[in-house]
Amino acid sequence: MSDQIPAIELRGISKSFGPVQANKDISIRVMPGTIHGIIGENGAGKSTLMSILYGFYKADAGEIYINGQKTNIPDSQAAIAAGIGMVFQHFKLVENFTVLENIILGAEDGPLLRPSLNKARSALKSLAEEYELNVDPNAAIEEIGVGMQQRVEILKALYRQANILILDEPTGVLTPAEADHLFRILENLRREGKTIILITHKLREIMEITDTVSVMRRGQMTATVKTAETSPTELAELMVGRKVLLKVEKTPAKPGKNILEVRNLAVTDEKGIKRLKGIDLDIRAGEILGIAGVAGNGQSELLEVLGGYRRATGSVKLNDQPLELNFGPSGGQKRRAMGIAHVPEDRQREGLIMDYAAWENIAFGYHNDPRFQKNAVLMDHDAMKADTAAKMAAYDVRPPDPYLAAKSFSGGNQQKIVVAREIEQNPDLLLIGQPTRGVDIGAIEFIHKEIIALRDKGKAILLVSVELDEIMSLSDRIAVMFDGRIMGERLASETNAQELGLLMAGMNGEAA
Amino acid sequence: MDRMPKWADIVLIPLISLLLAAFLSALVMLAIGEDPIKALGIMIQGSIGSSYAWGYTLYYATNFIFTGLAVAVAFHARMFNIGGEGQAALGGVGVALVCLYIPWPHWSVALVGATVVAALFGAAWAAIPAFLQAKRGSHIVITTIMFNFIAAALINYLLVKTLKPVGAMEPATAKFPAPTHLPNLHDILGIFGIPFSRGAPANIALLLALLACFLVWVLIWRTRLGYQLRAFGHSESAARYAGISPTKIIMVSMLISGALAGLMAINNVMGEAERLVLNAVEGAGFIGIAVALMGRNHPFGVLLAALLFGVLYQGGAELALATSIPREMIVVIQALVILFTGALDNMVRMPLEVLFSAMRRKPEGAK
Repeated sequence: MSDQIPAIELRGISKSFGPVQANKDISIRVMPGTIHGIIGENGAGKSTLMSILYGFYKADAGEIYINGQKTNIPDSQAAIAAGIGMVFQHFKLVENFTVLENIILGAEDGPLLRPSLNKARSALKSLAEEYELNVDPNAAIEEIGVGMQQRVEILKALYRQANILILDEPTGVLTPAEADHLFRILENLRREGKTIILITHKLREIMEITDTVSVMRRGQMTATVKTAETSPTELAELMVGRKVLLKVEKTPAKPGKNILEVRNLAVTDEKGIKRLKGIDLDIRAGEILGIAGVAGNGQSELLEVLGGYRRATGSVKLNDQPLELNFGPSGGQKRRAMGIAHVPEDRQREGLIMDYAAWENIAFGYHNDPRFQKNAVLMDHDAMKADTAAKMAAYDVRPPDPYLAAKSFSGGNQQKIVVAREIEQNPDLLLIGQPTRGVDIGAIEFIHKEIIALRDKGKAILLVSVELDEIMSLSDRIAVMFDGRIMGERLASETNAQELGLLMAGMNGEAA
Repeated sequence: MDRMPKWADIVLIPLISLLLAAFLSALVMLAIGEDPIKALGIMIQGSIGSSYAWGYTLYYATNFIFTGLAVAVAFHARMFNIGGEGQAALGGVGVALVCLYIPWPHWSVALVGATVVAALFGAAWAAIPAFLQAKRGSHIVITTIMFNFIAAALINYLLVKTLKPVGAMEPATAKFPAPTHLPNLHDILGIFGIPFSRGAPANIALLLALLACFLVWVLIWRTRLGYQLRAFGHSESAARYAGISPTKIIMVSMLISGALAGLMAINNVMGEAERLVLNAVEGAGFIGIAVALMGRNHPFGVLLAALLFGVLYQGGAELALATSIPREMIVVIQALVILFTGALDNMVRMPLEVLFSAMRRKPEGAK
C-alpha cells in the first residue's frame, strides 16, 4: 500500500478569509480505488478544502498532487482536466433541459448539438450498464426525482472522464432507500478503480461505506484513520473535541389531554399544486410527535399553516379552540397570541433577520408584546437587550454579545437564539422544523435537551425533520409524510428505520 | 466581523467618490478650455461664500432633505420610490389650494394647515402605486415613475384650465395672500440679531426639514413600526413568519414616503414662489434618490448629502452665470457626482475593503 502513488495528495494547504482561518496546514493522501470520508462539524472547513481542490478558491499556501503530479488548479476547468468531478449539495442542473442536454452542457463538441447528443447517448448507455446508473436520457430534469437528479450529476462528472469524484453531503435530500442505491453506485465506482471523496456529517454513512476517514475541526485535520479501526463515538469525540452523548436521554412520555387536533387539512399552493391532501393529526400534552419524510413532501406547508402564514382548508383546533385557516397577512401574530411558538425550518430565511443584532431578533415575532414597549410610541430597547443577555446566558450562546448581528453567529448559535426565543415563550404547542440542520454536535445535544425539557413540562411538540435518526430518538410517536399525506403513524418504541424508510418512499407498511 | 470600520464606510467612501467625481469634472473642464481651479473657486464662493449664497444653498438643501428622506424611508422597506417628483408636485397643488382658498389669520396657522395638506396630497399620490404593489404586485418602480408623468400632466391641466386667474397669460396660480407668507432666514435669524441676506429664499421650511430628519430617525430606529418596516425590508419571508403584514408595511411606508415628498412644497411653493407654477419641483424628486443613496438612507446622512447637493446646485448656477461654461456642463458635473457616489459605490468600496483586511492581517502576523 505504502509504495502506491496516491490519487490525490494535499500538502500543507492553508486558506484564510480575512481574519478567519478556514484551512490550516492540511495534508491528506487519498489512495486510488478507495472511498475516503471527510467528516466535521459545520464550519470546520470541509467545503473550503474541497473548493480549493475544485478550483473555486486559491489556497494561500500548500500544494496539490494528482496521481503524483504536482498540479495547479486555478479554476474548475483545470479541475475537470485533471480528472476531478464534483457533485454539489445543491445540484447545478438546468431544470427544463433534458438529462442528455444537461450532461453535454459545457462539454459540447462543436457548434451543432446533434453529434454531441448522439455521442453522449451512447456513452450514457455504457455508463449505465457499468455502474447501475440508470436514467432516462430524454426526461426533463424537473420531471425526475431528486435521487435521479443526483445520478445525472454523477454521470456528468463521469462523462467528463472524471477519475476522482467528490460528493458534498450527498444524502441530505435522499430517502434511506435512495441513499442505499447511491452507496451501491459508489461501490461499483470504487470497484472500477475510481477514487471517491465523501463529505458528510453523518457518522452512520462514514461507518457504512468509507475505507478511510479524515476528521476536521476548526480548519485543522485532527485525525485520519482506517474506518475499520474506529467507532462512531471516537469520531464524534474527534469532531467536537470532547465527549458527546449521541443518544438522547429521556423518560417515557406521560401524555395528557389533547392539545392539537388537525382534521382533513388540505393546501393548494400558488401554482395550483396540492401540497397537503387531507392530513389528520393529534398531539397531546407532554408528547412529541415527529413528522418523518423526505424534504418536499408537505412538511413545510404543514408548519406554515399551523404557524399562520399559509392558508388551508379543513379544521384545526388548539385546546378545543378552532384556528382560523383563511387568515389575513398577520396570521402569525394570532397564532402566537393563542400559544403557538414556531422554530421555522430555515432560520436564515424566516427565523431571523440576519442583519438585525441579536437583541433585535429576540423580539422578532413578539415585537407587539407589552414587555418590549416603553410607551405607546417607542420600543423598549433596554428591555430587549436585557432579555437577550438573559437568554444568551441560559442557552450558552457564543459569543454572548447582544449587539452582534445574527449573521455573525455560527449556525448552531443562530439556532440557539431562535430556540431560546420560542421555547422561553412557554407555548402550549411548539412547532419545530429541522431543529439541528447545519448545527454542530455540541449544540444539537443542547437543543435536544431543551425540547425534551419542554415536553416534560407538559407541552405539545410537533417536530419536523428530514434526519430520521433525530426523529427516532426524540419522538414519542412518529407520523410519516409522503406526497402530502400521512402514510402511517407508529409508536417510536415499536418501529425501526426500515419500516419508516418504506413509508417515506410511499409504500404502505401495513400492506407490505 | 465587519470588513472595515464604520467611519470608513460612512466618511471615507463618499469622500473618495466625491474626489474622483471632482477629478473627472476637472478633466471635462480642461477639455472645453476652462480652468477647473477657477471654476471650483466660483462654485464655492457662489454657494457658501456669502449669506446670500448660503440662503440659496440652504433653500435647495431643504428641498433635497424632504425628497431624500422620502426615498430613504421607503427604501428601508425595500420599496424604491422613484415618484418623489410627482408626489412633491401634488404637495404643491395641496399647498396652493390651502393658501388660496382658506382665509388664514396668521402664517403660523397657515403653516400648520399647509403642512398637513401637503403631506396628505403627497401621500395620496403615493397611495395608488403602493396599493397596486401590495395587492396586485405591480412593480413600484414602474408605477411611481409613471405617476410622475401623470402628475405633470394633471398640474399642467389645473394651471391652464382651473387654477389660473382669469385673464392671466401665464400658467400659474395667483400670488398667495400675505398672511400665508412664511418668514425667511433673514426674519428668523434677525430675532437673534444675526444678520442674514434679505433676498435669499431659505425659509422656515428648513426648520421643518430638520424636524423631519429627527422624526424619521425616531420612526426608523425607535418605534415598533420602524422595527417591522426594516424587518420587512431585510427579509419578506421572515416578516411573513413573524406575522408582519406585507400589505400594511408597503402601504404605510409608501404613505410616509409620499407625505415627506409632498412636504417639499412648503419650501418651494409656499416659502419661495408664493404661488404654484409649472414644473415647480425642478427635478428635486430625482435628486432625492441620489441624496438618499449617498446618505446611506440615514436621516443624518441625508442631511449632509442634501447640503452637498445644495452646494452643487447653487454653485453650479453661479458658475453658469459667471463663466462661459454652459448650463448643461453643470448638469454633467452633478451627474458625475451622482454616478460616483451612488452607482459606482462598489468601485471605491471593494479596493478599500481589501486594503482594510490586509491592514488588519498584518498586525496579526507580526505577533
